[in-house]
Amino acid sequence: MSKERKMTLTLPKEELMSSGHLACQGCGATLAMRYALKALGQKTILCIPACCWSVIDGPFPHSSLDVPIYHCAFETAASSASGVRAGLDMMGDTETTVMAWGGDGGTFDIGIQALSGAAERNEDLIYACYDNEAYMNTGIQRSSATPLGAWTTTTPVKHYKKERKKDMIGILAAHNIPYLATASIAYPEDMVKKFKKAKDIHGTRFIHIYAPCPTGWKSRPDDTVKLARLAVQTGYFPLYEIENGEKWTLNLKLKERKPITDYLKLQGRFRHLKEEEINLIQAEVEANYQKILKKCGL
Amino acid sequence: MKKVIMGNHALSYGAMLARAQVIAAYPITPQTQVVELLSEMCADGTLNAKFIKVESEHSAMAACLGASMAGARTFTATSAQGLALMHEMLHWASGGRMPVVMGDINRAMAPGWSIWTDQNDSLSQRDTGWIQFYCSSNQEVVDTVIQAYKISEKLMIPSMVILDAFALSHTYEVVEIPEQAKVDAYLPPFNPPYRLSSDDPHAFGGLTAPEHYMELRYKLQKDMEKVPALVEETGREYEKTFGRYLGQVENYLCDGAELVFVTSGTAGYTARVVVDELRKQGIKAGNLRIKLFRPFPFEQVRTILSKVPKVAVLDRNISYGHHGVFYQEVKSAIYRQPVQPAIFGFIAGLGGRDIAREDFKEITDYTLKNNRPQEEIIWIGVKK
Repeated sequence: MSKERKMTLTLPKEELMSSGHLACQGCGATLAMRYALKALGQKTILCIPACCWSVIDGPFPHSSLDVPIYHCAFETAASSASGVRAGLDMMGDTETTVMAWGGDGGTFDIGIQALSGAAERNEDLIYACYDNEAYMNTGIQRSSATPLGAWTTTTPVKHYKKERKKDMIGILAAHNIPYLATASIAYPEDMVKKFKKAKDIHGTRFIHIYAPCPTGWKSRPDDTVKLARLAVQTGYFPLYEIENGEKWTLNLKLKERKPITDYLKLQGRFRHLKEEEINLIQAEVEANYQKILKKCGL
Repeated sequence: MKKVIMGNHALSYGAMLARAQVIAAYPITPQTQVVELLSEMCADGTLNAKFIKVESEHSAMAACLGASMAGARTFTATSAQGLALMHEMLHWASGGRMPVVMGDINRAMAPGWSIWTDQNDSLSQRDTGWIQFYCSSNQEVVDTVIQAYKISEKLMIPSMVILDAFALSHTYEVVEIPEQAKVDAYLPPFNPPYRLSSDDPHAFGGLTAPEHYMELRYKLQKDMEKVPALVEETGREYEKTFGRYLGQVENYLCDGAELVFVTSGTAGYTARVVVDELRKQGIKAGNLRIKLFRPFPFEQVRTILSKVPKVAVLDRNISYGHHGVFYQEVKSAIYRQPVQPAIFGFIAGLGGRDIAREDFKEITDYTLKNNRPQEEIIWIGVKK
């Protein structure tokens, strides 16, 4: 008789997201939600501003999530969540986790004021930003999270984005909030660990999730996880966390980093880039990675 | 207990007595004392509430709505630019059926910067689906806040309690502060039929196709139409407990009058004094002060004005390219009535310019002298 072999499940079994949602094929944001809810569990209330997820969830009267959702105005994820938290507290429910769940436009751009306000007040909430680096829901317009060199419908090929991506983590780190982390859909165990850790901390917690978008990035739907992994492996999107604005920890140390071209070449949004532009991006990635290593004391 | 308090503190006392549970606010002149007193009450435990000191009025309303969705009774107050910044969230409140009660201190809109009163801030929010009450005394402010919660929570429609900048907000008057136990009996705790609860997950406010959207708006309008009767009912109930009736309008000697002023806010206070003076001179004047502006008290306005030959509507506001807003509304209420009064539209007091007894004299002279208005808008006290 052969020995019984057991595989250990590294992620919680509980599924709070069902099929039948309205996401595009290969959507990174759906994986992000699935893992986040696995970590946080049933006792979670979501505030979702205008973003892909306000559509993905499904039209009234349907919802693909098994937790309550308050669909709120575009710039109000953090302020709405602050209110929900206060309301629940007054109702005597201090157990439920309140999570604002916004895209990069709702977080980096229109919602940054409310987010900064909530972070300064150290509101007891998790703010998760699933970053697909442009306004995808409205048809791929540039946001301040769009990286240097990218094509979008408002940064057409000849006039691709000339500005760097906004350093949102840096901005939030300056608010000295108790917990700040980056996460990637290609590293679900790491992501689940971070959400679980965040759940047990009080005060404002921010998790920046890298969530590729095949529709907007002009990439293959089956390359989504690969792209997210390459973003980490090239050092473009390092996995790290910051506690109380001071303690920086690199969660995945890379002995060698892959060249940024490995990541760029799989995406139509970077197809127009010439060698010197790619070299410039490579140098930017390198500088940013070194900066993070230094902060982490490495 | 009687207290001498300013209009702004009348709002604070109203919110305190109503036991508001979450307050989110941002400072703006001339609203500041409302939230200063409330933050003191929250800090010293007089009021068991969470006070969220947000970074903008937009966030103030957003936070109130989040708290309301979680089942809490919420309060905020603002003015002018702050109210305009909230505009998007005002639609959110009514569309999402969240019965927030908000104080608005009527202040003129910039530019040029003005901190003084007129009604263009709140009247610009006319179509956002909020119930609007215009007050003319500090007593009325306290009482109306309590009544507003009762009406709002019954119908799940938000309410705005409005008072003039400085003319009321900073004016001290004797106010009978209602007893807490009696207020508790009048206004039970907020208990919404649906709320955000992890024990009973629902998605609120999601994508709504044409198949469903229109019905949501139809229901809002149908519930709005219930407000006038509910103002009467809750106003009579209030009178039974507290001895003060809170109605849709204040009818001051309109029955049998030859000339009726239609006023709102503190101008309605002045108008009563003028009516008394005119009556002494043998002119049968009356004053119809409109307190409930949204929904518009059509029935009462029609009933009262249909027996009056001349009506002078005083607007401390303007809808550019049209008329004063109350003038439009009164005309629309009278339209198709078998007997129609001659209605005159006056605009006065924009940006905090005083509306004095002399101005009413000018209005009276013009209205009595002419069978019909000679101009679309009759401006009072303007340097042309």
